[in-house]
Amino acid sequence: MSLDNKIPQGPIDTKWTDYKDHINLVNPANKRNIDVIVVGTGLAGGSAAATLAELGYNVKAFCYQDSPRRAHSIAAQGGINAAKNYQGDGDSIYRLFYDTVKGGDYRAREANVHRLAEVSVNIIDQCVAQGVPLAREYGGLLDNRSFGGTQVSRTFYAKGQTGQQLLLGAYSAMNRQIGRGKIKMYNRHEMLDVVLVGGKARGIIARNLITGELERHSAHAVVIATGGYGNVFFLSTNAMGSNVTAAWKIHKKGAYFANPCYTQIHPTCIPVTGDHQSKLTLMSESLRNDGRIWVPAKLEDAQAIREGKKKPTDLAEADRDYYLERRYPSFGNLVPRDVASRAAKERCDAGFGVNATGEAVYLDFAAAIDRYGKEQARIHHLDENDAKLVYDLGQKVVENKYGNLFQMYYKIVDEDPYTTPMMIYPAVHYTMGGVWVDYNLMTTIEGCYCIGEANFSDHGANRLGASALMQGLADGYFVLPYTIGNYLADDIRTGKIPTDTPEFDEAEKNVKSLIDHLMSNNGSHSVDYFHKKLGKVMWNNVGMARNAKGLTEAMDEIAAIREDFYKNVKVSGTANSFNQELEKALRVADFLELGELFAKDALHREESCGGHFREEHQTAEGEAQRDDANFAYVAAWEYKGNPREAVLHKEDLVYENIKMVTRSYK
Amino acid sequence: MNLTLKIWRQKNAQDKGQMVDYKIGGIEPDMSFLEMLDVLNNELVEKGDEPVAFDHDCREGICGMCSLFINGEAHGPDRGITTCQLHMRKFKEGDTIYIEPWRAKAFPVIKDLVVDRSSFDRIQHAGGFISVNTSGNTQDANNIPVNKHDADRSFDAATCIGCGACVATCKNSSAMLFVSAKVSQFALLPQGRIEATERVLNMVEAMDNEGFGNCTNTGACEVECPKGISLENIARMNREYLSASIK
Repeated sequence: MSLDNKIPQGPIDTKWTDYKDHINLVNPANKRNIDVIVVGTGLAGGSAAATLAELGYNVKAFCYQDSPRRAHSIAAQGGINAAKNYQGDGDSIYRLFYDTVKGGDYRAREANVHRLAEVSVNIIDQCVAQGVPLAREYGGLLDNRSFGGTQVSRTFYAKGQTGQQLLLGAYSAMNRQIGRGKIKMYNRHEMLDVVLVGGKARGIIARNLITGELERHSAHAVVIATGGYGNVFFLSTNAMGSNVTAAWKIHKKGAYFANPCYTQIHPTCIPVTGDHQSKLTLMSESLRNDGRIWVPAKLEDAQAIREGKKKPTDLAEADRDYYLERRYPSFGNLVPRDVASRAAKERCDAGFGVNATGEAVYLDFAAAIDRYGKEQARIHHLDENDAKLVYDLGQKVVENKYGNLFQMYYKIVDEDPYTTPMMIYPAVHYTMGGVWVDYNLMTTIEGCYCIGEANFSDHGANRLGASALMQGLADGYFVLPYTIGNYLADDIRTGKIPTDTPEFDEAEKNVKSLIDHLMSNNGSHSVDYFHKKLGKVMWNNVGMARNAKGLTEAMDEIAAIREDFYKNVKVSGTANSFNQELEKALRVADFLELGELFAKDALHREESCGGHFREEHQTAEGEAQRDDANFAYVAAWEYKGNPREAVLHKEDLVYENIKMVTRSYK
Repeated sequence: MNLTLKIWRQKNAQDKGQMVDYKIGGIEPDMSFLEMLDVLNNELVEKGDEPVAFDHDCREGICGMCSLFINGEAHGPDRGITTCQLHMRKFKEGDTIYIEPWRAKAFPVIKDLVVDRSSFDRIQHAGGFISVNTSGNTQDANNIPVNKHDADRSFDAATCIGCGACVATCKNSSAMLFVSAKVSQFALLPQGRIEATERVLNMVEAMDNEGFGNCTNTGACEVECPKGISLENIARMNREYLSASIK
């Protein structure tokens, strides 16, 4: 199969408009006869389900949670980008497009990113109309803040809970359609396979997580919107249930999986404390607007802090190394995530880490509290030399901006971040890789679409802050509803898809036999035991820095853990009841395959770019060294029965509108 | 730490259910409450027993999936947090901890500590939205300025995570705090005003139909709410309801 990205001809800034003007439409009477399945109800899936239902299609939406309102998009903190230029600071659609392509280290698809930047403007209008309470200024207009990797203020936000508010907006749009009966919602259901009829996606096999029953659901098209696969590392900022299963199942049925090694390690997470840890908590990147990142300048101070003999506040300004400000003077603490993460690792590897494990740096708000406090004192004609007063006023400002994050930190770490700098360390966060899709967001399976974080197209090798929410909603509200119509226009005479066919029989039989195997396997270890083992291999050998030796070893180790898993996993309970161990086992089985493909992809990509850092390819200063001559392509893998045997297909990335240059934030 | 856990075990919705005792050791103060349950479950699975079912997902206090009545308090003995944010440093060596599901007629038990909160969703289907199509053809977001004070209060109401602690802790199993948070979010914004009458009438009707009790102004919901949703919202909903009823 050739990899046709179906990018429309013409200038970049009119491609999407021209495309929309010429696609096939489905008339409203015919939409009533067409069913669409949407799997996943986060920002992408929720907004898609709502919009497709509004248009008139019959939507069946599935989520594993007890309600769509709990999808993990809800945990996104910092904000959503849009090229509104309300601040008049030079923002534009082109600049958002440019920043995204550059931030992604020139590994994203130009046409998709430009479309994203174009529709970003509508997203804000849409959400405000839905009653999403985005932050306002005193004059009643929307407020903005800046985010890592950009020099303009284009990020809209709702305190540190932007994802929550946007998700509740999409959820409310879904509620309206559920109430009208246009969306049939399947909570606590998990898709375990896709069903192809005549090469087209025509349905899914889902497990009712309460009864354990396997159900057959048919449709004219299937949309996968199940988010990222960061939990392959066991520890990540993802929700515990986030998994790769739906994306992996369609991969096994013919959808190519693109750039799996592009995983974002987010720089500002609460550090790991011990082996019991089940997940990592992110502190929004927006904190880097006001927090200064540092480690002790002297090794002996770092050691004294680790041993509890000194406190960070004991160190004079001159004894601190503000390493981001030192290395990257023009962006300072606002460098993109990949750069900030690697710089933290570099300092900790060199022995300057500040917590017991030596894997933490400080994020310090003292300067911001002082600056804001003095500003407030001047505004209110108070004494700006009164240290206590200035601190109190400044603390209040910081609390207004980030209060919930500081509270979250305090509850987890048991230290007051207003008076003692936060400790942070990079953690697995977002996966830029995912299912390969063309310009229509269709996978290499006809009629099977993939949107949001689950696809690969918009962020390249690194995602800029506040762009995930933008892509999820762009795909769901404004892109897929057009492109899927173009496909469904050919299906107006197809009629209902029956589920009592050999294709459904076969798919259900396969799912059932995997479940039977796991349930009857009388092993001795829990699912978590294997998941944690996989996670350790992934973090140690496929994590923030990778090399050929480690990756080769990882592939063998993952294959061995997989084999051990099928022999020795123990799943208690029964298949036909509510069984969380079985749910986990089915998800981990897929992670154990994805992990190997992930390492294989990282091994083949002999360059460093974005979230993929190969130790063999770095500059003398330790910066990532890209190889555009040989690697300016998307690596799309075709499943061949074993992750190791996956076949590589390349989609060349052509940059007609942005010149590829070395990223510099100095 | 060594602890004794007394946990509600119930096979399914039809089963009667009972408290079962478990001894557990090796618990660190840095562990979250749910991580402590992970340790217990790992031991149970490796022994061949069924692990304790409990709801959880994001484990950072925002998805609203986790629940648990711990020593008689929704989300346990701390304020302003969910169970996933509760850490074992709040307990002492040798403690006995009672762990039960949310108990309310409108939240039937599915298994062990997992309850069905879909009644909350059905209330939202009745009116938890603004009737605007997601076409992107809406007016510019800055065309209708919103008073910052109102926007902030609307946001405060909108931060409800729908966990159900308010219902679980209320002696009447009332859902007034939850429903009023949604009513208030829209009531405070110009975008939501146009259909305020239908919204409050429909949502209150749906709430009553689901079998939630009435509010008797005890205020326990506000105390136990992990997001600090204020009783003011209930007052606002009552005003909205009254004025909608006499229209």
